[in-house]
Amino acid sequence: MLELLDYAFMQRALLAALLIGVAAPAVGIFLVQRRQALMGDGIGHVALTGVALGFLLQTNPVWMAVLVSSLGAIAMELLRSSGRARGDIALAMLFYGGMAGGVMIINLAPGGSTANLTSYLWGSITTVSPQDITAICVLSAFVLCVALGLRRQLFAVCQDEEFARVTGLPVRALNLLLAVTAAATVTVAMRVVGLLLVSALMVIPVVTAQAVTRGFKATLILSMAVGVLVSISGTVTSYHADVPPGATIVLIALGVFAVVSLLALPLARHRARRSAQPSPATENALAAQP
Amino acid sequence: MEPAADSAIAETPLTLRGVHAELGGRPVLRGIDLTVGPGEVVALLGANGSGKSTAVRAAVGQVPVTGGELALFGTPVRRFRDWRRVGYVPQRSTAAGGVPATVREVVSAGRLARRRLRPLGRADRAAVDRALELVGLADRSGDPVEALSGGQHQRVLIARALAGEPELLIMDEPLAGVDLASQRILADTLRSQLAQGVSTLVVLHELGPLEPLITRSVSLSAGLVEATNACHPHELETGIL
Repeated sequence: MLELLDYAFMQRALLAALLIGVAAPAVGIFLVQRRQALMGDGIGHVALTGVALGFLLQTNPVWMAVLVSSLGAIAMELLRSSGRARGDIALAMLFYGGMAGGVMIINLAPGGSTANLTSYLWGSITTVSPQDITAICVLSAFVLCVALGLRRQLFAVCQDEEFARVTGLPVRALNLLLAVTAAATVTVAMRVVGLLLVSALMVIPVVTAQAVTRGFKATLILSMAVGVLVSISGTVTSYHADVPPGATIVLIALGVFAVVSLLALPLARHRARRSAQPSPATENALAAQP
Repeated sequence: MEPAADSAIAETPLTLRGVHAELGGRPVLRGIDLTVGPGEVVALLGANGSGKSTAVRAAVGQVPVTGGELALFGTPVRRFRDWRRVGYVPQRSTAAGGVPATVREVVSAGRLARRRLRPLGRADRAAVDRALELVGLADRSGDPVEALSGGQHQRVLIARALAGEPELLIMDEPLAGVDLASQRILADTLRSQLAQGVSTLVVLHELGPLEPLITRSVSLSAGLVEATNACHPHELETGIL
C-alpha cells in the first residue's frame, strides 16, 4: 500500500488530493448555503478557456486558468448582485462561452488540438508536475485563509445579505473575494479531479455532512473531513485500479453520501420528535406573565 | 441656535423629512416626515402596500432615497458608516439557507456590526449570550434554526440585532405570524431595551401587546403620512411600565 509513496508523481498527486479535499468543501459550503451549488461548474467551464489560452501563449495553463476563471467568477457575481440577469441564465451563458472558447483557442495554438485538454477535463494523477504542485500549494493556502479566516463574515453575507449590509460589512468586496476564492479552488482541483467534475468536491461533501450536522461550523469541519477521505481514497484507488481519478473520487463521494444519508434517517426522525416539544424557556416565560 | 440644542438635533436617532423613494420606477414613498427621538418607540402602521417596509428599508440604506432628507444620528444615510448603532430586524422570510445553522451562529452574525472583519472574542460571546437570554432562547442556542417555530425564529432575528448592542432598533413586522407566547416575550424584550434608552422604529399591522410601550404611532397610506397619534408618553415618564 505504502509503496505508492515511492513514486514522485504519486507523492504530488496525493498532496494535491489532500489539499483539494480540504479546500473545495471549505469554499463550497458558502455556495451551497447561497443555493449556488452549480457556480463551481460554471467556473470550471470558463477555466477551460484559460487552460487553452495558456497553451496558445506558451505559459503555465494553471496560472492562466486562475486568471480567466477569476474574471469569469467576478462577472458571474456582478451579474448576480446587480439583478440584471437571471442567475441561471447568466450561468448558462458562461458554461457555453467557456467551453466553446476553450475548444476554439486550443485549436488556434501551434500544434494544439482538443486532445491537449483531455487531462484538464477529466483529471489525471500522472500529469501533476512540480510547477503545478507549487501553484496548488499557494492557491490552497489562499483559499483556506479566506474560507476559514473570514468564515463568520462570509456566513453572514451568504445567510442574509441585506442584514449583512446593515451591519456595515463590506458585502460587495466579500462577495467578490468569495467568487475569486471559488475560482482558485476550481483551478487547484482541475489537475486531479478534472474541470468537469470539480464542482462535485465543492458540493457533495457539504451535502453529506449536513445530513448529520445541526450547525454551520460542524458542517464545515465534517465536510472537510469527508472531502479529504474521498479525494485520498479516490486517488489511491485510481492508482491501483488504473482508472481516472476524477471519476473515482466523485463516485466514492456519491457512495459516502448515500450511506450517510441512509444512516442519518433515524437521527432525523428522532430530532423531528424532539423539536416538536415546546421549549422549557418559553413555558417559564409564559408562567412569569402577569 | 444654542450648541446644546444643536447636539440634541444631531443625536436624533432617525429623521425623515419629505422622503421620496421608488421601487422599480414606481413611487412608493411620496414625501414622508417621521422622527424617532432618543428613547422613543414609534410604530409605523398602514395597509399592505402603503410603504411601511420601504420606509424602513430606506432608513437602513437598502432603498435609495430619491428626494428629501433621511438622517441617522444626524448623518445623511448615504454618508452614515456607524452601523453598530443600528440594530435591524428584517421581515422574517421562510426561505431557509442551503446549510443548517444553529441559533447561536445566526445570532452571532449580529455581532459583526462591532467586529467587522476581526474574529469574535470573549466580550462578543457574552453579548450573544445576553441577547439569547433576553429573547428566552438560551436553551435552544445549539438547535438548528430550521427546527424553530415562526415565533421562535422571529426571536432569533431580534436577538441577532440586539447582539450588536444598538442604540436604535428598526424592526419590520416583528409580530407577523408570531404566536401569542412569542408576542409577549417580544414585548418584554422591547421593554428591557427601552429601559436602557434604546430608541425603536417598529412596523406593525396592529399595536397588539406592544401598545403600552408605543410613544407615537404613524399611519401611512399610499406613500404619505395619514395620521400621527401620541400614545403613552406619560406612563413612560412616570414609570408605570
